[in-house]
Amino acid sequence: MYDFFFVLIPRHMPYLLEGALVTLELSITSMAFALVLGILVALGRLSDRALLARPLDAYVEIWRDVPLVVQLLVIYFTLPQIGIRLPGFWAGVLGLSLNLGAYLSEVFRAAITSIDDGQREAGLSIGMSRTMIYSRVILPQALRIALPTVGGYFISLLKDSSLVSFIAVNELLRHGTIVISSTFRSMEIYLMVAMIYFVMSFTASRLVARLEFILTPKHLRRNVPTVAPTPLDALPAAHTSTSTP
Amino acid sequence: MSQPHSAQEDLITVRQLRKAYGATYVLKGVDLKVKRGEVSFIIGPSGGGKSTLLRCLNFLVKPSGGEIIFGDRRLCHEDGNTFHVVPERELRDARSRMPMVFQHFNLFNHRTVLENVIEGPTRVQKRNKEEAIAEARVILDKVGLLERQDFYPDQLSGGQKQRVAIARAMAMRPQLILFDEPTSALDPELVSGILDTIRQLAVEGMTMVVVSHEMKFARRLADRVHFVAEGIVVESGTPERVFDAPESDRLKGFISSILH
Ligand SMILES: Nc1ncnc2c1ncn2[C@@H]1O[C@H](COP(=O)(O)OP(=O)(O)OP(=O)(O)O)[C@@H](O)[C@H]1O
Ligand SMILES: [Mg+2]
Repeated sequence: MYDFFFVLIPRHMPYLLEGALVTLELSITSMAFALVLGILVALGRLSDRALLARPLDAYVEIWRDVPLVVQLLVIYFTLPQIGIRLPGFWAGVLGLSLNLGAYLSEVFRAAITSIDDGQREAGLSIGMSRTMIYSRVILPQALRIALPTVGGYFISLLKDSSLVSFIAVNELLRHGTIVISSTFRSMEIYLMVAMIYFVMSFTASRLVARLEFILTPKHLRRNVPTVAPTPLDALPAAHTSTSTP
Repeated sequence: MSQPHSAQEDLITVRQLRKAYGATYVLKGVDLKVKRGEVSFIIGPSGGGKSTLLRCLNFLVKPSGGEIIFGDRRLCHEDGNTFHVVPERELRDARSRMPMVFQHFNLFNHRTVLENVIEGPTRVQKRNKEEAIAEARVILDKVGLLERQDFYPDQLSGGQKQRVAIARAMAMRPQLILFDEPTSALDPELVSGILDTIRQLAVEGMTMVVVSHEMKFARRLADRVHFVAEGIVVESGTPERVFDAPESDRLKGFISSILH
């Protein structure tokens, strides 16, 4: 039996890795959209225009209160009803981005409000525009503060993207189940799938830690503990870890 | 700026300036003039409206009514019942000519000393970066921080931070520098260094409006002292006039309270 297991590895690994590649593409693409969305939503919610801020509050609240897998199913089955045909991959990206964007907006909002107002006033007092203050003073500091938490969310995303197998996207987990349906070797295949997820997440968490180190000014560098990835739904609302004193 | 007659020119004229938070007026009609080259001190009891007044001058706080003229430009005025403020772009331009030094320094924490100082010249005034750096070094040398130019704010003492903040203001080639209690957040032994820096600026003819509780310093350095209480300028005059011959009971009370 164990011999047989090792035979399964070379036979099915390429197909599983193909799925893993899709998982990576899905996660990176969704992350990119979610980052932009998260920053814009955070800025919108912090603006004093209620017409902009209140609907965005509602978006964040709703998306955080519905399980991700349900969101994906709703998107997947609703879009065709309103005449939008999206390939499964892009429906997955849409669902994951909207979900993660809601969480990231909370992270960015907390990071932005943690920058003391005095720096904004100092910017104003030398004639900087609001846009310039955001791009030159507030965001560079806020993004660095948010980075560890955002990194943690990316690692969660790598794993939670497995939920898009529910909407027939051919990513890693789905490739695994496809193999199982023809081989009936659930344990072995799921073990291989688990190993691949582990390697991807582990590598990602090293990269995040490295990035964090690089982006920390030299005089503030010390051994930063690595990010403990947390499932999306388990994270508290405005969870931000601060690595700078 | 160094023409002999310009010393008499009004750089700032404030008339009937009012500021309300909700229904409460914290400035109730302030009249104030600042001449070019003059050092004005604003003194008065806590909560009297000193900071609010200073922050209305550069519109960090938007006034509710009255008139402010800065140089040859009227930044706000009233016309019948409507209160007009110039567009934000003009306010920014005015602010860049009258930078403010804050009680808590408010340096850009992610930028080095030198980067803090050249931020305004290069980004706001779009000056050539090499020139801005050269000028910034001269200024940093003047405030005694040239060897700290590559330090970050959290590697500096309070007194050093405040000198960087002053250097950042000077780098704007300002017509006026506003100070809001520049020494109040400092340990006693660091105060005199900042006061020396301000004195040096005064000697060079910089126009300054300083909110301060340092009465001895005000007496020595000020050309004019304005006593602000309960949202108005109660009395103005030379330091001798204000400190030695106060007229109003309010000012007499304030002066005796700080002597004891
Ligand atoms: N943002 C604000 N909202 C409401 N009230 C305010 C605000 N800022 C200041 N005030 C009120 O305005 C009044 C004047 O405050 P201000 O800070 O100008 O006084 P100050 O003379 O600078 O006092 P201090 O010497 O303590 O710094 C105070 O009663 C204060 O509570
Ligand atoms: Mg004050």
